[in-house]
Amino acid sequence: MMLHLAASATTITPPSAEMDLIRAAFEVLTFRAGANSAVVLLGTMLLGLACGITGSFLLLRRRALVADALSHAALPGVALGYIVITLLGGDGKSLFYLLPAAAVFGVLGVITLQIINTLPRVKEDAAIGSVLSVFFALGIVLLGIANRLASGEPAGLNRFIFGQAASMQINEVWVILALGGIAALIPILFYKELRLLCFDAGFARSLGWSTLALDGALLAVVTMLTVAGLHAVGAILMVALLIIPPAAARCWTDRLWKMVIIAGVFGAVGSALGVTASAVIDDVPTGPAIVLGCAILFIISLLLAPRRGLVARWIDNRRSVARMRLDLARGAMR
Amino acid sequence: MTWFHGFLQQDAPPLLAGMFAAIACALCGSFLVLRRMSLMGDAISHAVLPGIVAAFLLSDSLATLPVFIGAAAVGVLTSLLSELVHRVGRVEPGASMGVVFTILFSIGVIWLEQIGGRSVHLDADCVLYGNMQNAIWPEAPTTLAGLLSLEALSTLPHAVQTLAIAVVVNIVLIVLFFKELRLSAFDPTLAKALGYRPALMHAALMTLVAITTVAAFEAVGSILVVAMLIVPGVVGHLFCDRLGSLLIVATLAAILASAGGYAAGAVLNLDTTGMVGVMLGIVLIGAGLIAPKHGWLARWFRRLRLRVATAREDMLGALWRLEELPTTGDTPVPAPAARELKHAVGGGFIARLAFHRLLARGEAVPTGKRGRVSFSGNEARPLFSRILFLSFRGGGGEQRIVLTEAGRTRARGVVRAHRLWETYLVKILGLRPDHVHDTAMTLEHITDDALRERLAKRVDDARTDPHGSAIPEDRS
Repeated sequence: MMLHLAASATTITPPSAEMDLIRAAFEVLTFRAGANSAVVLLGTMLLGLACGITGSFLLLRRRALVADALSHAALPGVALGYIVITLLGGDGKSLFYLLPAAAVFGVLGVITLQIINTLPRVKEDAAIGSVLSVFFALGIVLLGIANRLASGEPAGLNRFIFGQAASMQINEVWVILALGGIAALIPILFYKELRLLCFDAGFARSLGWSTLALDGALLAVVTMLTVAGLHAVGAILMVALLIIPPAAARCWTDRLWKMVIIAGVFGAVGSALGVTASAVIDDVPTGPAIVLGCAILFIISLLLAPRRGLVARWIDNRRSVARMRLDLARGAMR
Repeated sequence: MTWFHGFLQQDAPPLLAGMFAAIACALCGSFLVLRRMSLMGDAISHAVLPGIVAAFLLSDSLATLPVFIGAAAVGVLTSLLSELVHRVGRVEPGASMGVVFTILFSIGVIWLEQIGGRSVHLDADCVLYGNMQNAIWPEAPTTLAGLLSLEALSTLPHAVQTLAIAVVVNIVLIVLFFKELRLSAFDPTLAKALGYRPALMHAALMTLVAITTVAAFEAVGSILVVAMLIVPGVVGHLFCDRLGSLLIVATLAAILASAGGYAAGAVLNLDTTGMVGVMLGIVLIGAGLIAPKHGWLARWFRRLRLRVATAREDMLGALWRLEELPTTGDTPVPAPAARELKHAVGGGFIARLAFHRLLARGEAVPTGKRGRVSFSGNEARPLFSRILFLSFRGGGGEQRIVLTEAGRTRARGVVRAHRLWETYLVKILGLRPDHVHDTAMTLEHITDDALRERLAKRVDDARTDPHGSAIPEDRS
């Protein structure tokens, strides 16, 4: 289903200029504001769900910023894929070629990270930052070459940096559904193993499980998600979708399975919020709006979560101070 | 000199802008790397976007004072907010930085779109990639002498001047506060105890990074700034142990990468900003290879030397043990063929090198029949080809090898250590005699003379090892 899109295509065309904002939002959320927004809403919600689930394990495994490096490292893959396929005479922009190319380079980035980590004086954060920026620079160079090859039409490859969720097509939603589905399925299938990996990797190793293989599986899943989300929210903001919903979910529970579910829900809800805002307010690009949607959930969680939230801890603090005063008073009266 | 004039007008400004940006970022970024805050550089360079937009709204141009103040504020804000998220939300430090900077960056992008009509000079692409290529110097002087006039230099493009100032500011601040920065970077607790204010230093560093980042934005964009902040510091740390030399090496790496990247981009007709980033990566890999103590090549050589030395000592031990075999009357001392000796220590490249070292150190010699020492006629050949011959063919695989006196002394030490260790492991540690040989084989190579004699004292100068072999006396 090919749909007509707005010219700038970083924001969604609002359904009707005169409609009341809230009614417009409601229409978007219930999939009644036109096929365009419906597709984008569905796609991003699925992406948010999958990212929330996978991101929980990433967060606990302290690998969140490796995902950042991965999404930046995928950029040269996209550009190189475009160049090679176009030179071979194919449709360089087809996701069928670009996504695997992005995945390959993402994995290359992680391998380079491991290689640089073998140098004794290089700390892990410096290694991540170096790989991230150098691969991205390579991507910019290749993008320059690709743009020259794209005769006539402006190469929409820049979208892979910022994302252009607003121009999502139905076939891209299928891609997200497929990749996101696998990405969500693997943590569920290997739940026990991943849980142990996150909390006691040493014990997992002593049981004979290969932490390398499990970490590799986790990273493979993140690569799939990154590749799926690259053209939705872009490289820079992918890491936000992987970190913020799980961080928000962490405030609500101490049990892993609850955290995973809540993170998935937050991811989906945050995406929905962002897409709606982008649809009904002018000049709000979709990718950043989704990030802010998740951010709102994060701040609410920080404040209002039952035991770990700020408000709850403040109340608890007041109560224990009051109790202490009472005890002191009782003690003084004896 | 129209070529020169053309160079000054078109190429010099972006080249200078890139170099100054690289130097300034290398200087403050090295401290970030040392304090394990590299990703704070990444975070700040993304997070300053809303600060820039805010200041841009007020002053309508980039790289002016309000923009720098806005950036400085956001720099400190990023650091504070990350701390907050880390403490309150119990999120690990790296992820809390990720949370903060992605949110701030998104705010910046949305804001940018909202002010879309007015932002002729500021758009997301420019922020991401910078604008280095477009700087030109129309009033460039036409002669070399003309460069020396202050008046001519003041007509340089705004970006170049700003970055030059950024470099100077960085140098001045680092020189002034060198002691404080150094101590805060390596031992914040001691710094606090001594009355310095590490928290203040930290905030000052974040501010410096934010200001430098903004100054570099216009030239090279936000992604490349991250590379310029981190990579030179890493390169410096690979080569140097002292902070001063680290900063110098970092600066040199920055100059090399920026000039090289610009030149490569110009010659190959590729995006110059990206090429500077790629060149930084190449410099990093190069440094990783050739760094004297910590680089990959250095480590590979060190390991090779160790393995060759171990194999050589194994050969010495094998020759000694052969000499210990009882001989009667006429039978000559058993001498293994070179080929067998090499095979005995595992064969391959290491064994050949070890054998060569053995002969080169005069610890063993090849013999002809009837115990005569011979070099199979190689003495007549020139030295170079003899060495080549020896090292590649091991002096002939069938030649019999015999210890020299020097070799015997060395072998004695090795075997003594081996058997003393076996005695120690059985007598003192209570291991079973059939379990100790392999351990002793490893330990004998790391036992120096002092340790060996202490071992001897510990086992009361035993005469035989647990397998009944005589422990050679110490004759050193």
